[in-house]
Amino acid sequence: MKDRLAASYWLHENHFAAASSALVTDRRRKAMERFEAEGFPTVRHEDWKYTNLKRLLKEDYALHSPFDASDDAEPIEFKDIKRFLVNDIDCYRVVFINGRYSSWLSETTHSGFDVCTLGSAWKKYAHHVEPHFGHLTEELGALVQLNTALAWDGLYVRVPNGVILDKPIQALYFTTGDQPIFNQTRSLIILGENAQAEIIERHQSLTTAQSWTNAVDEVFMGAGARMHWVKLQHDEASAALTQHSVVHQKRDSYATVHTISTDGKVLRNNLDFKLAEPGAEARMFGLSLADGKQLMDHHTRVDHLAPHCTSHENYKGLFDGESNGVFNGQIHVHVDAQKTLAFQQNDNLVLSEKAAIDTKPQLEIFADDVKCSHGCTVGQLDDDALFYLRARGIKEKEARALLMVAFAHDAVADIQHPSLQAKLNRLIGKKLGVENFGFAL
Amino acid sequence: MIEIVNLHASVDGQAILKGINLTMGAGEVHAIMGPNGSGKSTLSNVIAGREDYEITEGDILFNGESILELAPEERAHLGLFLSFQYPVEIPGVSVSNFIKTALNEMRKARGEEPLDASSMLKKMREKMDLLEMDKGFLSRSLNEGFSGGEKKRNEIFQMAMLEPKLAILDETDSGLDIDALRIVANGVNALRSPENAFMVITHYQRLLDYIVPDYVHVLYKGKIVKSGDKSLALELEERGYDWIKKEQA
Repeated sequence: MKDRLAASYWLHENHFAAASSALVTDRRRKAMERFEAEGFPTVRHEDWKYTNLKRLLKEDYALHSPFDASDDAEPIEFKDIKRFLVNDIDCYRVVFINGRYSSWLSETTHSGFDVCTLGSAWKKYAHHVEPHFGHLTEELGALVQLNTALAWDGLYVRVPNGVILDKPIQALYFTTGDQPIFNQTRSLIILGENAQAEIIERHQSLTTAQSWTNAVDEVFMGAGARMHWVKLQHDEASAALTQHSVVHQKRDSYATVHTISTDGKVLRNNLDFKLAEPGAEARMFGLSLADGKQLMDHHTRVDHLAPHCTSHENYKGLFDGESNGVFNGQIHVHVDAQKTLAFQQNDNLVLSEKAAIDTKPQLEIFADDVKCSHGCTVGQLDDDALFYLRARGIKEKEARALLMVAFAHDAVADIQHPSLQAKLNRLIGKKLGVENFGFAL
Repeated sequence: MIEIVNLHASVDGQAILKGINLTMGAGEVHAIMGPNGSGKSTLSNVIAGREDYEITEGDILFNGESILELAPEERAHLGLFLSFQYPVEIPGVSVSNFIKTALNEMRKARGEEPLDASSMLKKMREKMDLLEMDKGFLSRSLNEGFSGGEKKRNEIFQMAMLEPKLAILDETDSGLDIDALRIVANGVNALRSPENAFMVITHYQRLLDYIVPDYVHVLYKGKIVKSGDKSLALELEERGYDWIKKEQA
């Protein structure tokens, strides 16, 4: 697999080079060299101890190059994707099929700000892409390097200083076809000073063929910028996602990321924040609802690089069947990052004998005037609460579901759009089996 | 309405109830009093169907039928209600949503149609007025951050909504100031009817000034050792439990 990916890169390097600047090509090549040297991470890597990629690597994936002729046997139409949209919010829409931008399904803009595809930005917006692309990912692991080398398309957003997006952006990545497919998607989001954007992102397989999307996102937030990013992971049982998102925040910027994982084969989320200037605040919320043989893995890392920054993290997990959960929360408070406020909480319910969660808070604090707290819990449903509900006439199965919904509630409480929140609640309700008894979510 | 016959119950092999006999008819209010550790809360939990207790002997008949084999929810559907001594906090579930769910589950179990939204709201308003509750209450998370008094009032609110045949009030007076006590008692009194019955479990006679019982029973070491009318409660208030303990010794 490694060799095929490398071959695919070297075969097309001239295409990549022709369509982007020398600097970008250089970064790609270095990334591919590192990937070739390191190969896919194995469970011997500390970061991948509980998430074994073997089960993804055994598939015989088709590798699409962005430079191949389009081979969409069955073109995807709007009706095919409609149900995956948050339809009642007016949005910009950027749609990708098997890693390729689909212009006929998208609604992009260039008036006042750019919401489009990275594929069209390499050359056209080279002066914006060059100073950013690969900057936050250089030091990261082999999967990210693979993406840097091979990824071509993904969401591109650039918002100039002081501009507030008039509506949210939906970024939708679909996979389709009968063959197993391995995709690289890459997004670049650049928010100027006091700019604001809201992003709803979804990776979705349209088939039951095996798929693996390896996504990398870089987000640059100027002073006072605000961003709200909702990642909705409700995919087919055949679909895997490995995603590494890095957010770089300048003074007084404010970022919120919700990662709501309700279905998928393997979901590995890496979410990193670099709080580079005073007053920056990062908030992250996560929810994993796993069953069957699903694996849901959250690795988060916050670097407090400057004084007076705040990070707030609350992840919840419910694990049933033979599912596995992983939570690793790193907080690094660097020297001089005085007056840091860092809160981290990870609560888990394990609902069956065979489900498991490995949770690990990891705090490294090199400043002395900081407030950091962390906590993680692993437990079962509260018997007292269950009895309380049953004594009010609510059947056991439904009482359990209600308690699970209540447990999960925190993770979506902060989502602003009522219709998006309602959609997430519906997905959560569906997963937890409460949709059929009158409990209004 | 309910007949408790020679009821023995134990938890983790330790006998707590050691032969309770108690019969309550419709329209009656019975007070169960007794010192700490006498088995009052165990009795209420066993009647409501808590599974942590093992019934080693005896029976509980509700309208003539044994309910020992029934799940807590099935007992609730028959019209049993327990007002909890320590109501559980459930963040993420609003009071209104909870009550709506509970009430409609009850109706479903009885083969009735769910109550439509406007009737539900009307009913909630009516019962909230009765208990002098603030409207904002409905949207709060169930018991989360409630004061002791609010939790108890919420229990009585649920009772008012669910209209049980037999309500067991487990130390509903504890943690209530005198105004809250009066409001809760007024609520209970307004719900009294010839068709329902109340079992009021309390340490103190105070509550019984407001909810006047027909019978008072003293529970001690897992048995009812004395029964009488409301004057027994007054006597206990005056003399404490020591004379009962001495009598039993």
